[in-house]
Amino acid sequence: MNPARKRRLRLVVALSTAVVLASALIYTSFSAASPALTPSELLRQAVPGRAYVLTGTVVAGSVHRIGEALDFSVADRASGADAIPLSYTGTVPDPFKEGREVVVTVSKHGSSYVGERDSLITKCPSKYKTAPSSENQNS
Amino acid sequence: MAGLGYGCLLLALLVCAYGIWASIHGVRSGRPEYSESGRRCVYALACLLTVAMAVLEVAFLRSDFAFNTVADTSSRTTPELYRAAAVWSSQEGSLLLWAWLLSMWSSLALFLTRRRMRDVASYATAILLGFGGFFVGLMVFYANPFETTHPAPAEGVGLDPLLRFPTMIIHPPMLYSGYTLCIIPLAFGMGALLARRVDAEWIRSIRRFAFAAWLFLGAGILLGALWSYSELGWGGYWGWDAVENASLMPWLTGTAFLHSLMIQEKRGMLKVWNVSLVLATGTLAIMGTFLVRSGILDSIHAFGGQTLGVPFVILIALLIGSSIYLVVSRRDMLRSEHRLDSLISRESAFIANNLVLVGLCFVIFWGTYFPLISLAVTGHEASVGPPWFDRYTVPLALVLVLLSGIGPVIAWRRATLANLRRNFLVPLAVALLTLLALLASGIPGKATAIAMFCCAGFVFGSIGQEFFRGTRARRAMAGESVPVALLALIRRNRRRYGGYIVHLGIAVLFIGVAASSSFEHANQLSLSVGQSAKVGSYDIRYVRPTATITPKYDEAHTGSTLSLGAVLDVTKGGRHVATLYPSEGFYASQDAEQGSVGSLIGGQPVSHVAMSQSLTRNVWTAIAPDIETPALKRVVTTGNRTLPAEDALVAIAYLARAYLRDPPAAQFNLLVSPLVLWIWLGGLVVFIGGLVAVWPPASTVRRRLSSRSLARAGRRLARA
Amino acid sequence: MRPGAAVNILVVVLTLGLLALVVLMVSHPLRRPVDADADADADPAGAGPHGRSSDAAAQDASSPDLTLTLEAERESKYSEIRDAELDFRTGKLSREDYQAIDADLRAEALAILDRLGSPAAGARDEAGEPSGVPRRPDDRLRSGELGEEDERSG
Repeated sequence: MNPARKRRLRLVVALSTAVVLASALIYTSFSAASPALTPSELLRQAVPGRAYVLTGTVVAGSVHRIGEALDFSVADRASGADAIPLSYTGTVPDPFKEGREVVVTVSKHGSSYVGERDSLITKCPSKYKTAPSSENQNS
Repeated sequence: MAGLGYGCLLLALLVCAYGIWASIHGVRSGRPEYSESGRRCVYALACLLTVAMAVLEVAFLRSDFAFNTVADTSSRTTPELYRAAAVWSSQEGSLLLWAWLLSMWSSLALFLTRRRMRDVASYATAILLGFGGFFVGLMVFYANPFETTHPAPAEGVGLDPLLRFPTMIIHPPMLYSGYTLCIIPLAFGMGALLARRVDAEWIRSIRRFAFAAWLFLGAGILLGALWSYSELGWGGYWGWDAVENASLMPWLTGTAFLHSLMIQEKRGMLKVWNVSLVLATGTLAIMGTFLVRSGILDSIHAFGGQTLGVPFVILIALLIGSSIYLVVSRRDMLRSEHRLDSLISRESAFIANNLVLVGLCFVIFWGTYFPLISLAVTGHEASVGPPWFDRYTVPLALVLVLLSGIGPVIAWRRATLANLRRNFLVPLAVALLTLLALLASGIPGKATAIAMFCCAGFVFGSIGQEFFRGTRARRAMAGESVPVALLALIRRNRRRYGGYIVHLGIAVLFIGVAASSSFEHANQLSLSVGQSAKVGSYDIRYVRPTATITPKYDEAHTGSTLSLGAVLDVTKGGRHVATLYPSEGFYASQDAEQGSVGSLIGGQPVSHVAMSQSLTRNVWTAIAPDIETPALKRVVTTGNRTLPAEDALVAIAYLARAYLRDPPAAQFNLLVSPLVLWIWLGGLVVFIGGLVAVWPPASTVRRRLSSRSLARAGRRLARA
Repeated sequence: MRPGAAVNILVVVLTLGLLALVVLMVSHPLRRPVDADADADADPAGAGPHGRSSDAAAQDASSPDLTLTLEAERESKYSEIRDAELDFRTGKLSREDYQAIDADLRAEALAILDRLGSPAAGARDEAGEPSGVPRRPDDRLRSGELGEEDERSG
């Protein structure tokens, strides 16, 4: 095989490998991803066993610590309706408080919702203008 | 004075507009005085923005709450050092910082190249002024740092307590320096393509800036990780958050660029790769800035209004479009001078290096922007979490570390079998020995961690071999002793050996990352006074609670009102290891609804982590004390009701005493992670190696040669 | 409102002052014509050949700057010569490749030295040679420095 053909062959092989790997990556990302939902959407769509990323506001008066678990309710950011009570274990970020916006991965078990371990993120409150690239309270 | 600041911004906008026109006119009509004028516009921009920064800084230091940004991010109770740093904690202030840093670095770059590459530099000037004008324009029209309110409020909101740490003072300027330094090679790269002058001259000039960008970005990223680990309450240093990823992506392509540049210098290959990488790095730097400032991704950082999103998207689209156009239309100039001779060669290893780094960048890009991608594709927003990132980045990282050991020792053009045997025997032996030692030591069989340790061993073997052979060669030539030879070797070949030191640092860093992620022991639980918890082979006992009223005893100088914590006794096998004092600081808020007492402690609480660090392991502890027990809440409400506002602190003192007298159980987060210190040490070694590599050699001091010595040199060189 | 008015006047004065400064700074090259040397080498965009750094140097400014550029090129050429030798000694370059590359680089260095050639006080290293020029491998072969090891490489 002359050098030019060899080079073209190498290029084709390299490009094909890249395309295959990229496709595998892209495909798995869609199946591994958790949809982001608000409480009202979650109530409508939740399928038991699947993980969802719930975003909303912590309902005032709903926060109780029971042993290792933290129970609280999350309501729609906009309307304040459709509060979903859930039980969460794991790291609780510093800014967590009633009335703050949170992001937590939940799944439905039977009729109750369980928060995935260490998945609670609390958004920095808008009152504070926060720094350029900083606080990570993800776990 | 706000008027002065705003006036500077307006002037700056005009200067940018004129400068762009002048530079382009100068280069197109061959009138250097216009190009010169354009260059001076960059200097003028730097002056104007310095004045603007000074006005804002002074406003913060004087706590002039007429300025909206000062009122929003600072307060009289914020310590002075943090007041100064609060300038860039707001949207507007950070835009000013970005523009200022860009103007300063651009001035330096243009000053250093003022006598060379006239036409390339002219185009670069126009591009840099374009970026400057964009950011100044954002400030003038969308996010003005000099907006004022009259009458001025009496007190400001205060700097977010999470930011009141020394690391957070230098992290943004360092990171922004990294971002803005990425724009300079982009500008010169585009300038070179526009002027059709993609030659060795261009490479020599921008390599320094690409390297500086790489160094600052890397330092910024590492500082961010260090801050996350030591100051935040979750005990991790990397969470694949959008903002972390945003700064990592240009660093990866920048690394690829610095390596791939060597191949272009030595063999005239990979020219298309190099221009593409330099353009990609600059574009990713802009995208990173956009990600952080526009709130477009629903990460925990939702700053900036949606108003900033549109201009940024237009800029990025423009960058991508023009980059592709330039590279495609100039591809005849970017043809390789040589071809790849063999897949087993240094050139090939560097190409593989490019591919792995770009591949890593692509994975991180995809995962970071996935919410937007899925929204566009499926109509629903979805996100991927750290497990997805880990799945793809870990194998790529393994290959990367392996390549960093292969690259320095593999032969050019074509590596023969004899050659391979000679160069790879020692590194492979070290890797194998590492594997055997690890298996024999009986550590748990975490495959990826062990693989990483072996790859790191491979790197140590190959770099060690390089130093050994180099020293031996030098000694054969100059007959020096070993230490002298080693130093002379490094001094005379700074780029090479500085680079080798960087590789060593990376290997050490990855050892730390692998060990601390795979062999960590964690325990999150609630403890009452006297109780103990077991974490790994350590026992941690909650001895007694602590309560401190600050600001009187504010050791951390962060301006908190009250600090509640614990004394923890750490023992291992009965032997005392350390005493740790984690605590949580409670800060004042502006919320009048909480009452005079409640608002003193109603603000953002911040965890103060306590850890025992050593080369082998870190014992990391954090506490979340329960301040909302019925008894303590009663103290607050009674204080709100009965005490006058100026005596509110008395209630806090009472609260502290009540907490000490009858401490409720507190939540503890306890971690024992091995080799965490190796991560920071590795980073330090990388930084030192980088400095060695970029340090200008002493011999660039001007030397004039006599005709006799020239003749002698000529004779020697010519003997062929 | 007297203090307020005073501050406003100050702001206006300062802003105008800055404007004047900027205009002066930026228009300076336009008001004073650049001298002949610089004019002579103004390169109309696009004419430069690619890949030849020596030509790039020729297009740059007047004599002192040319010297600076040439000296930078000389140092980097010496660096490349040293680098190639190090690659050879540590087994990454075959003997034939090394000798070819070395010859090329030394010829290029010679060309730079030619263009640099200006009589002035010399700078020497301890051995009395012009500092920086790497010694030829032939010399060292003769003096027995290049040992058995390097024979085996490549």
